[in-house]
Amino acid sequence: MDLNFSSEETAFRDEVRSWLRANLPGDLREKVENYAHLSREDLLRWHSLLAKQGWVAPAWPKEWGGTGWNVVQRYIFEEELGYAGAPPIIPFGVTMCAAVLLRFGTEAQKKRFLPRIYSGDDFWCQGYSEPGSGSDLASLKTKAVRHADRYVVNGQKIWTTLAHYADWIFCLVRTDPTLEKRQEGISFLLMDMKTPGITVRPLMLMDGGHEVNEVFFDDVKVPLENLVHDEGRGWTVAKYLLGHERMNTGRIGESRRQLARLKQYAAHMMSDQRWRDRLSRLEVELTALEITNLRFLDRMRRTGQPPGADVSMLKIKGTEIQQGLTELMLDATDPVASEPLAAAVRKRYLSMRKTTIYAGSNEIQRNIIAKMALGL
Amino acid sequence: MNFDCSEEQQLLADSVRRYLAKAYEFETRKKIVAGQGWSAEAWAQFAQLGLTGLPVSAEHGGFGGGAVDLMGVMEAFGEALVVEPYLPLVLAARLIDRGGHAAQLLPGVVEGKTKLALAHNEKGVRFAVDAIRARASRKGAAWVLDGEKAAIIGAPTADRLVVSARDGEGIALFLVDSGSVSLQAYRTMDERLAADVVLRAAPAQRLEGGRAALEEAIDFGAALVCAEAVGAMKFACDTTLEYLKTRKQFGAPIGTFQALQHRVVDMFISLEQARSMACLAASRADAGGDPRAISAAKIKIADAARHVSQEAVQLHGGMGMTEELKISHAFRRLTVLAREFGDADHHLARFAAL
Repeated sequence: MDLNFSSEETAFRDEVRSWLRANLPGDLREKVENYAHLSREDLLRWHSLLAKQGWVAPAWPKEWGGTGWNVVQRYIFEEELGYAGAPPIIPFGVTMCAAVLLRFGTEAQKKRFLPRIYSGDDFWCQGYSEPGSGSDLASLKTKAVRHADRYVVNGQKIWTTLAHYADWIFCLVRTDPTLEKRQEGISFLLMDMKTPGITVRPLMLMDGGHEVNEVFFDDVKVPLENLVHDEGRGWTVAKYLLGHERMNTGRIGESRRQLARLKQYAAHMMSDQRWRDRLSRLEVELTALEITNLRFLDRMRRTGQPPGADVSMLKIKGTEIQQGLTELMLDATDPVASEPLAAAVRKRYLSMRKTTIYAGSNEIQRNIIAKMALGL
Repeated sequence: MNFDCSEEQQLLADSVRRYLAKAYEFETRKKIVAGQGWSAEAWAQFAQLGLTGLPVSAEHGGFGGGAVDLMGVMEAFGEALVVEPYLPLVLAARLIDRGGHAAQLLPGVVEGKTKLALAHNEKGVRFAVDAIRARASRKGAAWVLDGEKAAIIGAPTADRLVVSARDGEGIALFLVDSGSVSLQAYRTMDERLAADVVLRAAPAQRLEGGRAALEEAIDFGAALVCAEAVGAMKFACDTTLEYLKTRKQFGAPIGTFQALQHRVVDMFISLEQARSMACLAASRADAGGDPRAISAAKIKIADAARHVSQEAVQLHGGMGMTEELKISHAFRRLTVLAREFGDADHHLARFAAL
């Protein structure tokens, strides 16, 4: 047993780290560190820097631009990005849509979409949730009716992150409402956001930020070639994507950076034993999660098995820790302070409440563990 | 980075587990507890399996095992809620091994004939090493000890005690024959044999290594308690899950109720987090010690032990409160382990100070 990275792994980490030091633009890092808004241009600038380096889609097969890194290297890379304060790689194209196309797409679909995802020419968003279908995703109602040469889509999606930046959306739609088993009537459809009939309406959140949207579909005509996998097999695609979750779900690197930041920001709180004990417990939780994450990776590397319910555990603990850190930061902020950073800390506290709700609420994650790992 | 056990470590843990499953199942353990409080037969088997030699250096007939080597054994002991004082033997043997008198004592330890305990704790001291009051004084070329040690696990069965005392300059360690002290024996809340030990001009041999060696032993003990607690928590989680699948109310297994599913999921998450920290503690203990990491581990283990044990009893309902079920015994063991070698508050203070 050796909890330290091997010399090869350490050398890899150092390579990533020194590249980031030289290439992560200072203004972007500063925005991330100060919890400032990242524009579409900010996100794309970082995306294309990574693309130029050949690092924007490490998990893809080499022929499409992947790096050939193993799971541990991929984990190290992603955690280093978080630790360095890099803008996020928006996952909807690179991680999600691409994974689906690589597994279920036709050659034509791969050739058409993957290079543009890699380059950042197409910005993608994800159309899953609907007003009546949150955790119970299979109850979705957005309807796609097949005609001779196209589908016609009507309905509504909600919580669509960055739809207002997106060129394309991948959607789960109902192609057959008559089937008794409701999972069987669902299909996976790609749509150009410029298609007539698509309307995006912002949903402003309590921190004042515009991240999520409602997307309305009103007689939207979609070419048949934009269907991925067979009609009616959308649920299979969705489940595959769920099992394809990344091993950096715990966001250890980012939380490590926030912890260091917090210690510096809250130096004046260290003499308060109650506050300090809360900080210590959170640091212990983070260390435990980091080692747990490494244990899961080690097991994956040895067995070749997909992570399964492990990812749910990482999501639950990772988000609880992220929220704990923002709450401690809020508590370390003078309640009467009004400078920009204090305001940003308050906004961040509000914003981070989303983490235990999105990407499968933590309650859904517990359901998954209960079913998959514990057999309940 | 790898979390593999070596083949030897795996084989040893497996053979200990096999033996305990066969000869130390819960009914047998009940008989041991109701009787003398320890089993000579089990102890002889531990020696046979190589456990008494595991912490002893090869020079003195042992295997020179470290914390990572002992982890699997301690975890298996935790699952079976073993009451024999193995950990006190490990800690005392290591101190003797490094502190002299090893050649004379340790071969008997390896064979399972000589038993040892570490007599350090005193009333009112809690976890402050510097606060002990036992005194050592010179009597010609020899030493004598005076003082009172409290709740010394394994003292009633030990042949020799390693005792901490002040020698005028600082804290030193001594070897004392248990025949020259008076013992008030009793059972701890988790059914282990312990004693309050009174030393009155007890003849003692000084060991090399003072305060630093003692602190190292305490941290080593803390690291192994983490592994033992992981074993006890694993039992508590597994048996609770089994109960949820079999116990029926309102016409259905209670494990179909989401309110209970989420709670048992959280127990398993605590177990995984605790297991990670037990790995950290053991590997750092072997790498020369790392007080901050070991405190971090002990904080997590204490928190997880409390969470898992309390939830396990709650989810068992009234049955969880009874003597009859093993879970109530695991609850007691976990309550003690959470505090052994420093409770969460003690380690939080040390963690923050380092």
